[in-house]
Amino acid sequence: MPRLFIPPLLRPYCEGQEEVVVEGATVLEAVLSLDRQHSGVMERLCPEGKLRAGMSVTVDQNVTPRGLAQKVSPESEIHFLPAIGGG
Amino acid sequence: MAKKRIVTATINGREEEFLCQPRQTLLEILRNTLNLTGAKEGCSNGNCGACSVIIDGRAVNSCMILGVEAEGANIETIEGLAPGDGLDPLQQAFLENAALQCGICTPGYIMSAKAFLDENPNPTEEEIRFSMAGNLCRCTGYDKIVRAIQQAAETRAEQSASCAKETV
Amino acid sequence: MATIDEVKAAEGSDEAPKYKVIGTRPIRHDGADKVTGRALYGADIKIKGMIFGAILRSPHAHANIKSIDTSKAEALPGVRAVATSADLPEPGDKIAELGEGAVVLNHLSSNNLARTKVLYKGHAVAAVAADNLHIAQEAASLIEVEYEVLPPVMDVLKAMSSDAPVLNPDVRTEEASTGEKGDKPTNVAKHIVFEKGDIEKGFADAKYVVEREFRTSTVHQGYIEPHVATVLWNNDGQITVWTPTQGTFSVRSQMAELLHVPLARVKVVPAEIGGGFGGKISVYLAPAAAVLSRKAGVPVQIVMDRADVLQATGPTPGSFIRIKMGVDADGRLTAAEAWMAYEAGGYPGSPIGAGAMCVFSCYDIPNGRVEGYDVCVNKPRTNAYRAPGATNAAFATETVVDELCEKLGMEPVEFRLLNASKEGTRRIDGVTYPRVGLVETLEAIKNSDHYKTPLTGKNQGRGIGSGFWFNAGLKSAVTVTVNTDGSVSLLEGSTDIGGSRTGIAMQFAEAMGLAAEDIKPAVVDTDSVGYTDVTGGSRVTYATGWAAYEAAQDLKRQIVARAAELWDVDPAQVSYEDGHVIGPDKSVCFKEIAMELSTTGEPLIARGVSNHNEPGGAFGTHLVDVEVDPDTGKVDILRYTAAQDCGTAIHPAYVEGQIQGGAVQGIGWGLNEEYWYDETGSMRNANFLDYRIPTCYDLPMIDAIIVEVPNPGHPYGVRGVGEVPIVPPPAALEAAIYDAVGVRLYELPMSPPRVLHELLKKES
Repeated sequence: MPRLFIPPLLRPYCEGQEEVVVEGATVLEAVLSLDRQHSGVMERLCPEGKLRAGMSVTVDQNVTPRGLAQKVSPESEIHFLPAIGGG
Repeated sequence: MAKKRIVTATINGREEEFLCQPRQTLLEILRNTLNLTGAKEGCSNGNCGACSVIIDGRAVNSCMILGVEAEGANIETIEGLAPGDGLDPLQQAFLENAALQCGICTPGYIMSAKAFLDENPNPTEEEIRFSMAGNLCRCTGYDKIVRAIQQAAETRAEQSASCAKETV
Repeated sequence: MATIDEVKAAEGSDEAPKYKVIGTRPIRHDGADKVTGRALYGADIKIKGMIFGAILRSPHAHANIKSIDTSKAEALPGVRAVATSADLPEPGDKIAELGEGAVVLNHLSSNNLARTKVLYKGHAVAAVAADNLHIAQEAASLIEVEYEVLPPVMDVLKAMSSDAPVLNPDVRTEEASTGEKGDKPTNVAKHIVFEKGDIEKGFADAKYVVEREFRTSTVHQGYIEPHVATVLWNNDGQITVWTPTQGTFSVRSQMAELLHVPLARVKVVPAEIGGGFGGKISVYLAPAAAVLSRKAGVPVQIVMDRADVLQATGPTPGSFIRIKMGVDADGRLTAAEAWMAYEAGGYPGSPIGAGAMCVFSCYDIPNGRVEGYDVCVNKPRTNAYRAPGATNAAFATETVVDELCEKLGMEPVEFRLLNASKEGTRRIDGVTYPRVGLVETLEAIKNSDHYKTPLTGKNQGRGIGSGFWFNAGLKSAVTVTVNTDGSVSLLEGSTDIGGSRTGIAMQFAEAMGLAAEDIKPAVVDTDSVGYTDVTGGSRVTYATGWAAYEAAQDLKRQIVARAAELWDVDPAQVSYEDGHVIGPDKSVCFKEIAMELSTTGEPLIARGVSNHNEPGGAFGTHLVDVEVDPDTGKVDILRYTAAQDCGTAIHPAYVEGQIQGGAVQGIGWGLNEEYWYDETGSMRNANFLDYRIPTCYDLPMIDAIIVEVPNPGHPYGVRGVGEVPIVPPPAALEAAIYDAVGVRLYELPMSPPRVLHELLKKES
């Protein structure tokens, strides 16, 4: 089962957990699964199922260009992090 | 607006006549009037050396002198450096040593280095670094530029040695 | 200064090199143009009928614009058009994705031509186009602007206080991870928090804890070519922009958004680019030039001067950073905490996110907390600069690490080897590393002649520092056409700042079994090649190189299919290997088959695209020897060695060049470079004499050690190279200065007056 890592300020909405085991074959499905377990988290993490401006999704060590549509495997780790630009 | 003057100078071996306002720099004349855009404008106040050309044998920041001051001068720019069928040893050495990245400082660097090697054909690394300090490069960290100038000095020495042999 | 294969060859090894083209050092394809002065950079572009623009800039760091009267400028003979922000469409509250991230359009638009306020000295207020530059400049000076001058906010900590004047009334503090926003206007635009483990327990477990505060100054990329844009707004509404940029497609998007025109109506033609380092992504001149061109009916060129570049483009932020780190008795890190505030400049958008992710990136730390703030101040809106955000952070962390090593009595290299990030290490932000090469760079330094040669002189010292950058993938496209003589034209959209078109051509040549010289690469405009993201994030050799590799696979497929048809055999019996197409009973070289196919069918054109994102973060470790003049505080660099994991070095000479150039920019940042502001918020050193970037006389040779830990996420193992080498130098220099004269410096730059001040303090 994929693991979704919870940003510190959202942990209070997830009973303080650093990571939550979720279900789903894409990042979006994983977030929906998280929201079923901890209602209201999705609205803060990615309202209306869209990545907020300035945020990016990292799956298994790499920022994905596919955003919430990125496929995940049962072993995947999912992180929501600030988007970064290079020089 | 002040009256324009006619200025005559030798540029890359060819006599050129151009009209010039008193406030125009030589760099502006080269780039805009004569379309010799090899000299670059990086700072407009003599700090970066990207506009270096050779006037009467000396490397000069062409942004720091006025076009009217070029009357009667012998000016060499990057456009006149390469012989018809190849490259000057400095140009070749810059390429072989990867001494340029973006390349904007390269024409000025090569012209400054040429004037320097004409004066000092067998310089030490210290002398190269001291004499080239007026030419800024932001890409390379200078390592490969210094090596290129060292290589060019060697090539020029070989060439002049073989020239001297032929003359004998 | 050599790759693994070069070292083997030099040692007389019989082992065949892994690649034929990759790892060699061919002369770059654009070389002759660049050493003869023929290459056309931004200001060398001349378009028929072109006139010249000038920008009127704010003399104040912070002011409300009460009124702008352009009538006198318009009346000056020779003036053809005047523009202000009123000529740009109202951007509303749209946030647009523009290549390297989201941009609040109102901020970008107002940064091009100020709307209601000026937020830094040099902020563009109006633009004029005239028959020549001198008239345009004179006209700009005739524009009358009435300002209500406001107190400038120049310091990041003061800007955060609740009683500070607020720059942008629309800015609220946004929590990065939750999207929640504060309810009052503020200069603090963003707050970021990362946490891992139990930080209190981590510090409780520590034997030694060091906590220090650091400041770094605003510094500039310092590219030698000033910004320039030439724009024609044609009579049919088509807009063409000729400009030196890191991203033609990014300029196209910015123009379309700012001018409110369809994307397809904007074509961006890349000029050769005279340096960028992150600073030539945002537009500064093209929107104003476009408006002026529309009004004047002819092309308009606007060129910045050096003062404009320093005062009105995007430097990298000054910062305040507090670092606390703890180690146990064995020297293992137990906890780390960072509090970081980065100056965004006039509008939000500092690289605080990257800074917060990089601050402890070199270390395996079980417990940590990082807090970061993006803060508006009355300085130019910052932009990317080579590993944006990472250098400030590394200076702070590595200096604390050096102090911990001293307390532990441990060699700094050994401490780093013990605590180094490696495959599987989880950063404080939660992400784990794939296969990375920090340990290998540390070992390379430890094994270097430099490290093994002791320093003996008085006032001499040695320092070490490590650094990290993520690197990026993003989108790239390549098109190739096979010519009838078997040569290949390769079109790409990554503007070439440092020889990358050759690195891309080499990867294509390797895949095809051809020579680099057989390929003719060209960087073309936005109408002539597929979408390609910016030249930035150390992504071009990785991502556009990958697109070239894919184009080669496409071409090989076509050649095999066509050869099978020509030879009347089953395609399964035909293959392409090492520059030859091989059938059941023959083998024909690329040149011959190209010629044959050109006379027997349609043209051979292939394409490749990439949007992979396994860029394999990269690490570097630098070693420096310095001598400090105790009378002046001046620091001379005696010897410098930089080791970096480059994955696979495609063109080793240009890889070394990136390492050397990046290191020297880091040295400038560490020792000299800073924006000096007076109390009115005016930059007092906006020229290359007083904003002092390193000259060749300030430096020794920079020994670049290429470490090759191939990136599993690339067909040839490429990792980005360009950004990492700017990160370690300030920290390595700080450690070296301390080693030399026993004073610590917690503020950049470590310029002679600061070093001297610390020396005098120590004496007294």
